[in-house]
Amino acid sequence: MTIAISVNNISKQYRIGAAQQKFQYGMFRDVLMDTLMTPVRVYRALRGQGMRGTTATSTIWALKDVSFDLEEGKVLGIVGRNGAGKSTLLKILSRVTEPTQGTVTVRGRVGSLLEVGTGFHPELTGRENIYMNGAILGMKRAEIDAKFDEIVEFSEVGQFIDTPVKRYSSGMYLRLAFAVAAHLEPEILVVDEVLAVGDAEFQKKCLGKMSDVAQQGRTVLFVSHNMSAILRLTQEAIVLKKGQLIKRAPTPEAVDFYLSSGQAESGQRVWEAEEVPAASQPFRPVAIRIKDRSGNVVDTVRSTEPLTVEWEYQLDAPISALRVGIYLSTMRGEYVFTSFDTDDARQYEQFGARQAGRYLSRCEIPADFFNEGRYSLGVNASSFGVKRYFMDENALSFNVDISGAPGTQWPEVRQGPIRPRLNWEIEKID
Amino acid sequence: MAQITKGSSHEPATIYIKPSTGLAALNLKDLWAYRELVYFMIWRDVKVRYKQTMLGAAWAIIQPVLTMIVFTFLFGRIAKLPTDNDIPYPIFSYAALLPWGMFVGALNQASRSLTSNQNMVTKIYFPRLVLPLASILSGLVDFVIAFVILIGLMIYYGVTPSLNAIWALPLFLLLTVLTALGVALWLSAINVQYRDVNYALPFLTQFWLFITPVAYSSNLISEKWQLIYSLNPMAGVVNGFRWALLGTNTGPGAEMAVSVLISIVTLIGGLFYFRNMEKTFADTI
Repeated sequence: MTIAISVNNISKQYRIGAAQQKFQYGMFRDVLMDTLMTPVRVYRALRGQGMRGTTATSTIWALKDVSFDLEEGKVLGIVGRNGAGKSTLLKILSRVTEPTQGTVTVRGRVGSLLEVGTGFHPELTGRENIYMNGAILGMKRAEIDAKFDEIVEFSEVGQFIDTPVKRYSSGMYLRLAFAVAAHLEPEILVVDEVLAVGDAEFQKKCLGKMSDVAQQGRTVLFVSHNMSAILRLTQEAIVLKKGQLIKRAPTPEAVDFYLSSGQAESGQRVWEAEEVPAASQPFRPVAIRIKDRSGNVVDTVRSTEPLTVEWEYQLDAPISALRVGIYLSTMRGEYVFTSFDTDDARQYEQFGARQAGRYLSRCEIPADFFNEGRYSLGVNASSFGVKRYFMDENALSFNVDISGAPGTQWPEVRQGPIRPRLNWEIEKID
Repeated sequence: MAQITKGSSHEPATIYIKPSTGLAALNLKDLWAYRELVYFMIWRDVKVRYKQTMLGAAWAIIQPVLTMIVFTFLFGRIAKLPTDNDIPYPIFSYAALLPWGMFVGALNQASRSLTSNQNMVTKIYFPRLVLPLASILSGLVDFVIAFVILIGLMIYYGVTPSLNAIWALPLFLLLTVLTALGVALWLSAINVQYRDVNYALPFLTQFWLFITPVAYSSNLISEKWQLIYSLNPMAGVVNGFRWALLGTNTGPGAEMAVSVLISIVTLIGGLFYFRNMEKTFADTI
């Protein structure tokens, strides 16, 4: 077997400044101070110490001594938490950024689906954007000509192909963008969390395209927080933690390892400053906890008791139309439910716009809800249609113990993620 | 940062990725491989530039023509600045405003080219040189449109260009492009980390206009300052345009050589600076 990707001890160091706290909303004093501090800043900048507006700078290793080889035609899953170095690894492989140390040998063209829609211009038509985007992705014009019809068909925007894409719905836009990227046919395909967007039908299509690519003997690197997708699409996976490769194993084993080691933090997950991407500003997650009825932070809850989910976060500036919520899913990646703290209209009226400060959003999940097993709690803070501030699909996981739950007199596994206590009535009607 | 070796037709190319040390090689071969992208970026810029404007491409004419009118009124009528060989002031200034407008437009577009295409820079590999290069070349379209007016003016004032224009104009246009590219490479690379460039650029171009013989004739500069004056490559460009089109005495000579030399030095320095900064663009932008 030929080696498609050979990664040798790569490390990537980033310089991070303290989160840039520039003046907010016309605070005159801050503007004035900022102006007066200019000479100091210029002096620091000239001495090569860091970026605009930051005072102290320090460095972190986004990747540290990562090595692995990948054979041609293999599909490799990459799992790890936010900030574990997955994106950095992909960026190095696709040559967007250089490693600080180490070398990589890549055999063939690397195409990635993290570049979906890059270079699309709203004023250009669908047709024009296909050519533009294709060129950006490194396709030759003849190559695009040859695949043009196929791309249009895959995108399902046929009749709007000569309409400027600014008139497209976001779904159409995405489909067209994905269609171009999917027809790039690189020797190595990098897929990063595209499945977080688009409707179910479209996602199915994307996954189909991905397995086609794999079956044609091309190499695929697949990053996702969706464990069921990872399990379904990859044979082997690596686990990254704080920039280091801590496990490489057949996928079921790697997923199991990831879920049980990296996740379980005794019913609580605390976010370190470096785990929160700068793009989350002004939203800053602090911690999420699971508490039992007596208010203890627990890793295992009883299904016969209600449990409380508590999410603590900090707003560094006011946010309007904010909703903070949770996703619950099984370990196989099936969603159980999604809920936001401002789902209730009255609640939204009162807390939709929130001032800067420290907050706690708390909800109770009733007793007799979960079935036996381990569940994953994801978090999301967003303003609908405006911005997704923060998201982590696997923030925390917890166990559910079913002693005393309905039907436990029979020692069998009950299907389905929930185990409600239903009010059965039995009547003799004849 | 990365080298590509082409295998045989069936073998995919192998890419070696490693940290670059010392001065980065210019790697112009890579730029050549991406020439189609340059073409598409120019095409996109041109196509999009005047979208959703009422006057459309007429802006390419309105800007230099209005400037010419203002200059004619201020410097021609009120200040009564002398032109070379008594050439009518409007055409005298317009011949200079053409390359000057091209230069300023190119600087404005190109210095922002990396930051305004941020999503491309942070997501995809391609030679970053493509961006400033394409935004400068797309300015040529405006230049050509504005040039039509010049022809009209020449007919109106009965000015016949010298035969030199045929070979010299393309060369001076090339000098404009190279000068703009040289300066833009520095500015766009700095702009990635320090957005101060956006604020500094209007002052820079305004100041630059004063030291370039656009509104006045370079013959007004005393003999002993001529060489120093021509350290500004745009002085060479403007003098060249006037010489080729209007037959002034500001043709090729020692001063012109100085201008060309400075332009080339700026360009080569800019290329190396840009290549060296390029590796951290995706991280610092």
